[in-house]
Amino acid sequence: MEAGVESGHGKNSGGSDPEALPEARSQGRMVLRKFLRHKLAMGSVVVLALIILGSIILPLFYPHSYADASFSSYVEPSAEHPLGTTQVGKDMMAQVLRGTQFSLLIAITVAMLTTIIGVVLGALAGYLRGFTDSAISRLTDLFLIVPSIAAAAIMVRVLSGSWYVVALVLAMFAWMPIARITRAEAMSLSQREFIEAARASGAGTGRVVFKHLVPNMVGTITVNATLAVAQAVLAEAALSFIGLGVQIPDTSLGLVISENYEQMQGRPWLFFGAFTVLVLISLTINFIGDGLRDAFDPRQRKVKA
Amino acid sequence: MNLVVYILRRLAISIPILFVGSFLVFCMVAAAGDPLGELRTQPGVSQESIDQLSHQLGLDMGIVPRYFDWLGGFLTGDWGISIAQGSNMQPVFPKIMSAFEVTIQLILAAEIIALLLGVAVGVLAAVKQYTPIDYIATTMAFIFFSMPIFCVAIVLKMYGIDLNVMINDMGWDSWLGNPFLKTTSPESLSGDGFFDSIIGYIGGLLLPTLSIMFISFAAYSRFQRSSMLETMNMDYVRTAQAKGISQGRVIMRHAFRNALIPVTTLFSVNFVTVVTGAIITERVFAWNGMGSVLVEAVNKNDPNTLMGWIVVIAVAVVVANLIADLVYGILDPRIRVG
Repeated sequence: MEAGVESGHGKNSGGSDPEALPEARSQGRMVLRKFLRHKLAMGSVVVLALIILGSIILPLFYPHSYADASFSSYVEPSAEHPLGTTQVGKDMMAQVLRGTQFSLLIAITVAMLTTIIGVVLGALAGYLRGFTDSAISRLTDLFLIVPSIAAAAIMVRVLSGSWYVVALVLAMFAWMPIARITRAEAMSLSQREFIEAARASGAGTGRVVFKHLVPNMVGTITVNATLAVAQAVLAEAALSFIGLGVQIPDTSLGLVISENYEQMQGRPWLFFGAFTVLVLISLTINFIGDGLRDAFDPRQRKVKA
Repeated sequence: MNLVVYILRRLAISIPILFVGSFLVFCMVAAAGDPLGELRTQPGVSQESIDQLSHQLGLDMGIVPRYFDWLGGFLTGDWGISIAQGSNMQPVFPKIMSAFEVTIQLILAAEIIALLLGVAVGVLAAVKQYTPIDYIATTMAFIFFSMPIFCVAIVLKMYGIDLNVMINDMGWDSWLGNPFLKTTSPESLSGDGFFDSIIGYIGGLLLPTLSIMFISFAAYSRFQRSSMLETMNMDYVRTAQAKGISQGRVIMRHAFRNALIPVTTLFSVNFVTVVTGAIITERVFAWNGMGSVLVEAVNKNDPNTLMGWIVVIAVAVVVANLIADLVYGILDPRIRVG
């Protein structure tokens, strides 16, 4: 019970003036403590960490290279090839490991870019209102109306299917939800006294937005940035699956699945390796996002008590 | 009356956005390279026919006149020609319309089921919060929400094939058809007579519809659950309970209707995701819908088809938003009056 009161208090006054700094930190500690107690989220952190570490470390020790196509076609799973080999004689396990690396790399890049674009645009629109707000809102509407899968596919085809092109293009068409959420929150926060105080003491737009507004939206931003990673994993996989995303020599789990899924009936191991990793990544990130949302939400205690 | 004004105002915002959006996309498609590049290097294609094609595509015009030329044609039903089949040109309009019909059929079936099921399960989970029903519903929703749609489609296809084998082994194929569940594009859904037609529709649509449905359903039920929980904690619901109205009536009359409002917003936000999902599902089940048209058009750099495709989907998004606004207005009297 006490914890709930404390976190509610911390959320309300956190970062409002320099005096409240220790309290702001205690809110952070509160969130962390609540998050650490969230079993599902913590379990997800462990699984996700294992997947990330595995995709980085395992290839160093794994005997087969992803590029090595010298094996026989369609070898069944064995100690030598845990997930068998593909039609062209590549080791499937090596493909899955490399696909995981690229999928994560793309997803994290996309999430970072969308969060930066979305938060900057949303905070400016919500704080400045007036012309800036309508301009940014129309821009958001414009991007929401264009079917992103087609636009992304065209751009990827023109600019090449390297992983960073795919990441950039996906980010270009994914920042809108974060911008909208940030705008709404910035609007309500800018009514508060601490923003007025900051403005009265002579802080410019940049300072108010990035020193006062954005730090107070850290909960919303963290949660949505986390969920953006999960959405980016799925968006990239979908684009690559229909063959319009990442192209060889780069790869991704979507591409690995797309190349081999037709074998699922007779040789399910060629499908289920990449499938399991992809679903686990998406599921764990969503769980972590949910745990973070609960941890940041001061009302959470009340509902459960 | 006010609702009409409200919708007209929404439309007035959408049309300029569609206009600007289509121009920007037109520029992007134009910047995607020379659509006739491949044809030019082919032997046996005369300069004359390339010039003629180039003129037909408007490549000899500047970008702005070319856009207005395209827009004029587009609004009058002449969407230009497709060069996807090389020099064998087809008009874009019928091609996209028949593909869109396939896709929208899939989307409508999936969305209706997803909405009904999602709302029902969401309400049930909220009313029975922290019971096994709630946990099962929440977990299922979470898993489907995190699933890539093509993985759902692939797994369903796999089980569909197994089920077909089972049906044949049981000897049911004589009246369910062989194969009952179509795992590749069905030539025609209807059969001879009423019964066969129904079987044909179910067998043909079931697997792809389910794939899209699961993903949407997950989003709807999660959203409905949390919005229902929020309304159930509202003061006016407690007042209704305190007045002695039966719980069922409180849930349906007082809480449910208001809890539907956020889901309406989700419907319009979700629509683009569903279209994308349908495109991918079509690829798995080898349907000739918008998905295959898009892949072909992108790979062949077919400008008119790309433009037609993008604008049709954009208009569909606008229409979906309008429907959501309309429902929103019906559910929330403040919007009608205000």
